[in-house]
Amino acid sequence: MFDRSLVSGDIEAYLERHEKKELLRLLTCGSVDDGKSTLIGRLLHDTKLVYEDQLAAVARDSKKEGSTGGELDLALLMDGLKAEREQGITIDVAYRYFSTEKRKFIIADCPGHEQYTRNMATGASTCDLAVILIDARKGVLPQTRRHSFIVALLGLRHVVVAINKMDLIDWSQDVFERIRADYQAFVARLDIPDIHFLPISALRGDNVVDPSAHMPWWQGGPLLAHLENVHVGADRNLADLRFPVQYVSRPNPDFRGYAGTLASGTLRPGDEVLVVPSGTTSRVKRIVTFDADLDEARPPMAINVTLADEIDVSRGDMLVRPGNLPRIERDFEAMLVWMSEEPLAVDRQYFVKHTHTLVSGSVAKLYYSVDVNTLEQKPAVTLGLNEVGRCQISLARAIPFDAYARNRATGAFILIDRVSNATVGAGMILRRESGPERGRSFWEVEPASDLLRRQTSPVSGDERAQRLGQKPVTLLLTGLTGAGKTTLAYALERRLFDSGRQVLVLDGENMRLGISRDLGFSSVERSENLRRAAEVARIANQSGLICICSLLAPNESVRERVRETIGAERFLEIYLSAPLEVCRARETGGMYARADAGEIAQFPGVSAPYDVPAAPDLVLPTHELDVDACVDRLVRLLESRGTI
Amino acid sequence: MSLSHLQALEAESIHIIREVAAEFRNPVMLYSIGKDSGVLAHLARKAFFPGRVPFPLLHVDTTWKFRAMYEFRERFARENGFELRVHSNPEGLAKNVNPFDYGSNVYTTIMKTHALLQALEKWGFDAAFGGARRDEEKSRAKERVYSFRDRNHQWDPKNQRPELWNLYNGRVHKGESIRVFPMSNWTELDTWLYVHREGIPVVPLYFAAMRPIVERDGNLIMVDDERFRLRPGETPSLRKVRFRTLGCYPLSGAIESDAETLPEVIREMLLARVSERQGRVIDYDEDASMERKKREGYF
Ligand SMILES: Nc1nc2c(ncn2[C@@H]2O[C@H](COP(=O)(O)OP(=O)(O)O)[C@@H](O)[C@H]2O)c(=O)[nH]1
Repeated sequence: MFDRSLVSGDIEAYLERHEKKELLRLLTCGSVDDGKSTLIGRLLHDTKLVYEDQLAAVARDSKKEGSTGGELDLALLMDGLKAEREQGITIDVAYRYFSTEKRKFIIADCPGHEQYTRNMATGASTCDLAVILIDARKGVLPQTRRHSFIVALLGLRHVVVAINKMDLIDWSQDVFERIRADYQAFVARLDIPDIHFLPISALRGDNVVDPSAHMPWWQGGPLLAHLENVHVGADRNLADLRFPVQYVSRPNPDFRGYAGTLASGTLRPGDEVLVVPSGTTSRVKRIVTFDADLDEARPPMAINVTLADEIDVSRGDMLVRPGNLPRIERDFEAMLVWMSEEPLAVDRQYFVKHTHTLVSGSVAKLYYSVDVNTLEQKPAVTLGLNEVGRCQISLARAIPFDAYARNRATGAFILIDRVSNATVGAGMILRRESGPERGRSFWEVEPASDLLRRQTSPVSGDERAQRLGQKPVTLLLTGLTGAGKTTLAYALERRLFDSGRQVLVLDGENMRLGISRDLGFSSVERSENLRRAAEVARIANQSGLICICSLLAPNESVRERVRETIGAERFLEIYLSAPLEVCRARETGGMYARADAGEIAQFPGVSAPYDVPAAPDLVLPTHELDVDACVDRLVRLLESRGTI
Repeated sequence: MSLSHLQALEAESIHIIREVAAEFRNPVMLYSIGKDSGVLAHLARKAFFPGRVPFPLLHVDTTWKFRAMYEFRERFARENGFELRVHSNPEGLAKNVNPFDYGSNVYTTIMKTHALLQALEKWGFDAAFGGARRDEEKSRAKERVYSFRDRNHQWDPKNQRPELWNLYNGRVHKGESIRVFPMSNWTELDTWLYVHREGIPVVPLYFAAMRPIVERDGNLIMVDDERFRLRPGETPSLRKVRFRTLGCYPLSGAIESDAETLPEVIREMLLARVSERQGRVIDYDEDASMERKKREGYF
């Protein structure tokens, strides 16, 4: 950057350029002696950021204590920390700065290996990209896996795997390719969308700032060029408006502003906003900044927002868009990195700091801990320093939040010890549907207390059957979207009602408008919707009613659970067998189109499986029979079972 | 389109300043009259606009600053609507502790470190903003944004908290306090670019002009007032100099320069081949002196 043209060139133009650079925050990780310090020293040196007095000192020290046999040991530039490490001072992360014509870089450098998980999590939390160093002589080590796991855990989307010390393996392309393949094989399990490989020699400067003369086979350009050009802008969540209110600004009676940093989404004057958790709505009047009012704010701008209406908003509240809400709950699951010498105590009260809210909370459940080297999950009763686990957090009151994978700013939290005030844990909130164990747990959850007793009615089933002239039964109409479940359910209800029967219809969509309003469409949530329907159907049957459930119910094993809940003798499984093409053509609600576009994930028939029932009580080819014919067959089935 | 690096740094600093204002009872902003202080105060104005900055500026005055700095301080506070508090160590003044009769270490300890602690006690501040940056010195690279001090204002290196995301842990016990460094991620170049972009006023001493100079132990020292004690054989001569950092005038080394405007200063800085702290006489006393001063509460 210190181009000599500056001496004569137009300084104003230069300043203009440099005031518009982008910022990239990156993390460097590697095991001790992989060459991390040398690499950072090399980046600083080759971008001409090392001053002469500093360089002279390094040259002097290289002779005295360098590991390079008197050659310039650039690792010594990073030396400030080594002495402190020896004195036992904890250093989580050291930050380094350099810039080029295109970008300013902030390097989070995590020294030491004992505290690695904690340090790396801290460093990675603010970064866009990680450089993972591998010693070409050693290849992929357990540490490499650990670094990659933590990088993925903290939600970094860009990784550069720098295979270092190529000079020591004769610049061999074969070795490079082998390490690349090894790395790719294991990293497939982790969710890192952008991985870039590079052969380098930090010591000699090959492929760091300047291209290598020793590796003509490498066409991929040097590290710095990649860092200057890698596109990270798309990582920002611009879809979900989240504006956590940090500071209420009331300088005079005429001005009431809500100051804060825009976490995600965009905001414009006139936009309708909803305040959570209170639920009041208003419109954005102005977006005030010192320089001028803005027409549009983008994350992570620090702004001051005024609203059209005088409503009550406090620090910790969040402005969002109606129709795009965060979850507002007391309980959530999270991955937790433990950062304190004192181990986690399950059920103990800590402070949870999330956006600008400080609330009491506990780790209510610890599901497992993860071995950061093998990625294996093992049962755990506590987490010690540097351990990572999956847990359930339970707060004293509900707060608005999102899954970390969707929104780093509203999905992250820290745990604070109430006595020492130390920061003891760092958490990343998980999507609700993640993990099959959660899906099972809905069905298997034990009642909240063993003191609960099932109460029984003095009115017997026989009495009811006599009064109503019917035996209770539950019909589950299952099939793809568009197969005709709802139509058929109500047609059957009409026919039965007209002949004097008492019927209840539980329709999947109606369920979702009310009793299951909190559920999405993942397989776990579909399963939960079905469980609720099954429980209601059981109550209806106990009251003597015939219950018709029109629900997609794509999963065979979940349908089995429904049968168990209701009782096999009262349960009839009806499969509406219209094939996918017919269903697609018939369906008018636009669901398939949205599923094709990926807007609805895990859509049965499109992006998730539908298990055709193995032994249904009746198959109705709704693509061949009309509604009346189907109803006829259903009535015959009920008669044959002695229900009516 | 993403934010430019200066916009991103500015937003981050404002976030930190607001967070402290929201969570602490009685914050204060340390104001040293230098360009970093100027940027910090500017960021505070932006953070609370259109309101006033809800905390005062504190200048810990050794009484040995350049005259131009005192003039600048008064005007800066007045024109930008700041409440300015000034404190000097009364015992130090009574004993006439000055940079000539005392070693720069003793002088700094009494007139800066002790004076700062007195001021914090006197007004009961529980959070003090400072303009220090991590790029200033190798050992600052690992500094936290929130730096914790115990009841005696001591910095315990083993008792600092990890900082993740932009979630700062502002919990302190009664009597404890923090120092906050909102500009931790800025570099010297960022600061100058920002001063330029925002048109932030700085003390004219940063720009080259003819000034009365004596050369002493390899440093160019400005004879700023009649208190300066010339050694035998020393006569001030007019030389065209500017200062890269400003402090007590008998302890601040100037550099010869022709840079009379901000762009020229930045140009010189970009082409400079020696680091900023070379001009600070007080650092020469001792290696790793920063660390020690910090433990004692200087920062
Ligand atoms: N031959 C060779 N040696 C290297 C290279 N990079 C680093 N080293 C050496 O490896 C050793 C450890 O490097 P250092 O940067 O201190 O590793 P760190 O512990 O990861 O910071 C030192 O002796 C370096 O000189 C390289 O590309 N080639």
